[in-house]
Amino acid sequence: MGTQRKGAIVGYAEWPTVRRYDGPRRFMLEQWMDLAAEALADAGLALEDVDGLVCGTLREANMFVPATVVEYLGQPVKFAEFVDLGGATGTGMLWRAAAAIELGLCDVVLCALPGLPIPSNPDPRDRPPPEARWLGSTSNAWGSPQAEFEVPFGNVAQNAGYAMIAAHYEARFGSCERARAQITTQQRASAALNPLAAFYEKPVTIDEVLASPMIAEPLRLLEIVMPCAGGAAVVLASPEKAKRSPHRPVQITGYGESLTIKTPTFAEDLAVTPVAAAAATAFARAGTTPAAMDLLALYDCYTITVLLTLEDAGFCPKGTGAAFLAERDLAFDGDFPVNTHGGQLGVGQPGLAGGLLQPIEAARQLMGRAGPRQVRDVNRALVTGTGGVMSEQVALILEGA
Amino acid sequence: MTETLLAPLAPKMTPTSAPFWAALEEGRVVLQQCDACEAWVFYPRPRCPRCLSAALAWKPVSGRATLTTWTHCPRPTAPPFTGLAPQTLAVVTLEEGVRMSTFLLETAGRTLELGMALAPRFVPTEDGTATLLAFAPA
Ligand SMILES: [Zn+2]
Repeated sequence: MGTQRKGAIVGYAEWPTVRRYDGPRRFMLEQWMDLAAEALADAGLALEDVDGLVCGTLREANMFVPATVVEYLGQPVKFAEFVDLGGATGTGMLWRAAAAIELGLCDVVLCALPGLPIPSNPDPRDRPPPEARWLGSTSNAWGSPQAEFEVPFGNVAQNAGYAMIAAHYEARFGSCERARAQITTQQRASAALNPLAAFYEKPVTIDEVLASPMIAEPLRLLEIVMPCAGGAAVVLASPEKAKRSPHRPVQITGYGESLTIKTPTFAEDLAVTPVAAAAATAFARAGTTPAAMDLLALYDCYTITVLLTLEDAGFCPKGTGAAFLAERDLAFDGDFPVNTHGGQLGVGQPGLAGGLLQPIEAARQLMGRAGPRQVRDVNRALVTGTGGVMSEQVALILEGA
Repeated sequence: MTETLLAPLAPKMTPTSAPFWAALEEGRVVLQQCDACEAWVFYPRPRCPRCLSAALAWKPVSGRATLTTWTHCPRPTAPPFTGLAPQTLAVVTLEEGVRMSTFLLETAGRTLELGMALAPRFVPTEDGTATLLAFAPA
């Protein structure tokens, strides 16, 4: 399966995720530099070792993002990518980096997603239009099908789309309300142990989740991620370079990606998500199975995302996610550890960086660095990323070397 | 929502979809159909997304649909919709099999169910530039 020259996660940086950030504001390029320094130090590598770079969107550049970052960091590279997969950007960056290392294109790849507020622009002409705040993942540009056939009906951003996926699922398979509340509650219990989480030491009960305001039926406030400030970076290395890291290398042995639609209006089956294809590809490439996973780090923009991901990645048949969850404990010391950092429902969502928090937690656990929430005997993890409204998903298999 | 409502946001119409919007102005629904593979196409495109044929023809259709999913939103989904809260957004499947995003009208006292029959409703936009295709229980 694949090649022997696996790329491995050898270090990372994760900034505390905070709801009301009052620290210094930095441009995203400046944050990139800070994240690079922290992640490389963690990996035991130097800037001069870096020969690959993977970027996401930058507020300071609409085009030529990788070259802009390369110049700013002062480090030429042999491999550069720009990934535009929404919440799946983080996981999408990691497999591209790992694949480039597998192919022998480069040896050390830096991936970073800044998520702190940038300085307030004194020039009002340079500010984003006010509608950018409520459009979310929806494009209202002329010629965009969303601007013509979604926005006029109020089907904008993510809440209504995810709610309609959940409602369709419940109409076919019955209520999963309690299972969804369980996901929030058990992840918030893990976040309560995570000092980097916005909900550190703030657990919630199932009743509190069920009593939180209805946002878009059937989804309630505490089933939806909270936008936060933060940032994250990951360093991947070839086996040779990985020897310099003080940590157990965490190889990306499998990866898969699937893009199907932009808006779930056009999903072939609203109850089946792209992670079905992505996870099947990832498990096959790694030569492993769902049953062999010791840990799951699943993208959780909404509770329903986790439930559908469990079904579509092969942990239980379609329509049985609620019954499956009812018999499991997702905590770090439970029988089925999922999102032991708290997930984004517990940590908060620092923009695109939220999609790096799942793989970082999996790497942290596999490296044995999770402290009081360390899972025992953890060697293999499934990590997922989800972009848009179940538009595009990535699955990674991480294995401790 | 009531039948007298005006939709707050107009669609950003394109030349490709002009026949669709022109028909709605007259209370009719038209869809593109591919001459090569007979697929019904929505939203409008210059080519068929199943076979890439450019031989698409506009055909009148009934506008009857079934309910594929819906969400009742007590809070407005975006600031322009504040006056319309609560909204009931939906995805419907037309008789021809194509899906579209919409909102539902005349739902008071009705239990919404997967697959329930829907009939078209024609809702003008506040600025008078377009008519949206909404649906109500048939
Ligand atoms: Zn065709």
